[in-house]
Amino acid sequence: MADDDLVLEMRGIRKEFPGVVANDDVSFEVRRGEVHALLGENGAGKSTLMNILYGLYRPDGGEIRLNGKAVSFSSAREAIQAGIGMVHQHFMLIPVMTVAENVVLGTEPRNGVLLDEAQAARRVAEMAKTFKFAVDPEALVQDISVGQQQRVEIMKALYRNADVLILDEPTAVLTPQEASDLFEILQTLQREGLSIIFISHKLNEVLEIADRITVLRRGKTIETVPRAGATEASLARAMVGRDVLLRVDKPVAQVGDVLLEVEDLHVSDDRGLEKVRGVSFDVRAGEIVGIAGVDGNGQTELIDALTGLQKIDSGKVVIGGTQLSHATAKAALDAGIGHIPEDRQRRGLVLEFSIAENIALHDYAKPPTARSGWLFPGRMVQRAKTLISEFDVRGGGPLTRAGGLSGGNQQKLVAAREIDRDPKVLIAAQPTRGLDVGAIEYLHRRLVTERDEGRAILLVSLELEEILSLSDRILVLYEGKIVGEHTGEISEEAIGLEMLGGKETAAA
Amino acid sequence: MTDPGPSPSPEEAAQTGTLATRLALKQRAGGIVVPIVTVIFALVMSWIIVAATQHSAHTALVVFKEIFDGSGLNWVFHPSTNTFTSISAYNLSQTLLQTTPLILTGLAVAFAFRCGMFNIGANGQYLVGLMVANWLGVDLAGLNPFLHILLCIVAGTLAAAAFAGIAGVLKATVGAHEVITTIMLNWIAYWTASWLVGVGGPLQNASDPTAPISNQVSPGARLPDFWGKQGFSGLHIGIFLSLAAVVVFWVLLNRTTLGYEVRAVGFNPDAAAYGGINVKKNLIRAMAISGAFAGLAGTLDMLGGAQNYQIGQLDIPFIQVGFIGIAVALLGRTTAVGTLIGALFFGGLLYGSFHGLGSSSVIDPTLASNLTYIVQGLVVLFIGADVLILYVWNSRKRLRRKPPGTAAKGAEAAA
Repeated sequence: MADDDLVLEMRGIRKEFPGVVANDDVSFEVRRGEVHALLGENGAGKSTLMNILYGLYRPDGGEIRLNGKAVSFSSAREAIQAGIGMVHQHFMLIPVMTVAENVVLGTEPRNGVLLDEAQAARRVAEMAKTFKFAVDPEALVQDISVGQQQRVEIMKALYRNADVLILDEPTAVLTPQEASDLFEILQTLQREGLSIIFISHKLNEVLEIADRITVLRRGKTIETVPRAGATEASLARAMVGRDVLLRVDKPVAQVGDVLLEVEDLHVSDDRGLEKVRGVSFDVRAGEIVGIAGVDGNGQTELIDALTGLQKIDSGKVVIGGTQLSHATAKAALDAGIGHIPEDRQRRGLVLEFSIAENIALHDYAKPPTARSGWLFPGRMVQRAKTLISEFDVRGGGPLTRAGGLSGGNQQKLVAAREIDRDPKVLIAAQPTRGLDVGAIEYLHRRLVTERDEGRAILLVSLELEEILSLSDRILVLYEGKIVGEHTGEISEEAIGLEMLGGKETAAA
Repeated sequence: MTDPGPSPSPEEAAQTGTLATRLALKQRAGGIVVPIVTVIFALVMSWIIVAATQHSAHTALVVFKEIFDGSGLNWVFHPSTNTFTSISAYNLSQTLLQTTPLILTGLAVAFAFRCGMFNIGANGQYLVGLMVANWLGVDLAGLNPFLHILLCIVAGTLAAAAFAGIAGVLKATVGAHEVITTIMLNWIAYWTASWLVGVGGPLQNASDPTAPISNQVSPGARLPDFWGKQGFSGLHIGIFLSLAAVVVFWVLLNRTTLGYEVRAVGFNPDAAAYGGINVKKNLIRAMAISGAFAGLAGTLDMLGGAQNYQIGQLDIPFIQVGFIGIAVALLGRTTAVGTLIGALFFGGLLYGSFHGLGSSSVIDPTLASNLTYIVQGLVVLFIGADVLILYVWNSRKRLRRKPPGTAAKGAEAAA
């Protein structure tokens, strides 16, 4: 492919927001028919750059050339007309309308003043077939899976004759299977001559799908490299600006007493469906036990039952010798459970509270934070100060609203609170979801440190790689049952097969 | 006027200057700006209405001066403490009399708000306080005055707390929405009170069996007036209890574990439950505390001079303090000091427009009394639209970066 076959050139793009330079002389180009990944940590300026391209922001400087011609968009509408399509992280679909109606929305084929539904459905069906989308045009958007909804978004862009397709962190909302389906679709689109810009901060998927990779760091272009020759380590170094330990370097586990014991646990979800169906396992001091599984196989209910947030149907939970089978959340906390919840914004933090108040979330009623009902905010702040520096939480002081912190710092805040309570058992659910490489590295190292301090750590994650690199022992959860238990070296494929129910073994 | 609890001080914010602190600063600014702009908008709209109906822009301006003078707030320009020789002193004492219950019903609504609930039942809770105070104030005649007053206040407040607690229990146990249940409880209180003082009712007066009106509270249970003359609707000491309630409200929310729980549940019940807080217990407790504030308003009005120590069946439909409390709390952004200022604003508006305008010949008296309701309605409307007001306020900045919704997100991504 020659350099003169450029579809898109962005040269010297600059964009400032009050107090920050989001894009500083960023240059970026896309060839016809390539998948070009835009890689960078959260806040590196990827989204800003793409919003400029899509007409949502006006650049303060620089030039955009589309098919050799200088362009300047003042709205998304103009960008769409010029052949640029964008699929946002959060879909912009109308749930009560059909797939076909959503796709044609705004550019409907008309029959007089009425929507020509038949024609719309036919054209969408044709498109779905051409690109192998496997989406029923007549289905209501609210009834189809997230992966299919994303395809509807892609179809919307294609329907408007997009030539350059921007995907903003498309795999963030997908299961591994849906992600690999998406990659197949992208390859089909590529063969049809579309150019794709793939925004991501995940190294492995970038290396899997992209032809070329441009790395941004702190608003600047660091490098553009072809996939051939790029490695996870080299990309991570470019992203973070220093060497990053991708594989967790951990000593052999020094296993102690059993601290968490689960026996024949049955748990139902809020709708009364049994989601955990007879799970038994234990976690010892000084080991990390990882629970692998595809989302929705009972992980959430299992964690909620262990932490007292969900009533159990039957079974036994023992923490450090204390029977906790039907305990409240407070009793579980007092018995020595620490819990990094899977959704830090919904559950882990009160976003409107200050950092200091969030740190007190479990122990607000205990000395020294409070005495017989009276609160001492000064002591709360004091404790927050210590933890902020110990856990390197950046972006504010003890009185800063937690909601104003970045995702990584919010997670550090949650981890700081949970670890500082000196729990016997630490349950970490999706501890690195949505975080960038630097924060992931920090949290992983911290979990290993806490393991070596003699805590029992239960790691629940949908990222198989995370499970594999951190766990001393791996349990595979499938449809509410443990279908596999592994120690030592095991291949990703073998576990992946078990996660999909490929092998039923009576483990544990 | 926001809580001086843990939230960033401007000095600290200026030092660090991160996105988080800038956002917090902006919110703080919005916290004062929005209510002020709301009031200005509402007054401008009222001015337009008066100007249109009176065909005179000047008359419309005079109206606001009449309201201001009528409220007695012009007293600060020529202070005199004699309510018989100084009209402004008298008017001010009457405005403060109106303000006394409004502070409390405002606090009632604000407290429930802090726990994530909308208490529309302050009016019913106020009535419960009123009735219990009348009952004990009449029946226990002859008791030591201090004990008598204390007993009436405590019993009225607790009864209203229990009454409001019903809505909390229903929400916590079967999930019934508190807006629905408190409205229904309002009607229960309304008709029960009407029956109690109605013909043949248990609290009806002994001297005239045809009059649907209660007995007068025994002199020993009356709150002493400290400004103006006893028995001539002077300002009674209830206002100090109202002011104390403002302090209690602030301390409760910001300096006790109870308040921590209330705020946590109000902001994010999921996170509160995860933190080990019993969410259901808090819903019930917060509703009861909310009701206690409103009930206290009722007892003070009964034992103080505002209702002339008795209540008639025909007075009940005109009791609005609970509903005005909603406007007071919203205008005060559910903070302690804000509610106090909101109550003073509405107290002045109520007394000033009824008595200031009513006794002046500037405009039609019918319009004068309705103007209060118009301004009140507009204030509530504009508070509901405070997002809109903030939007207009920031429009200059927003015009430069389009579209508005994505601007903040972009800045965050870039930070």
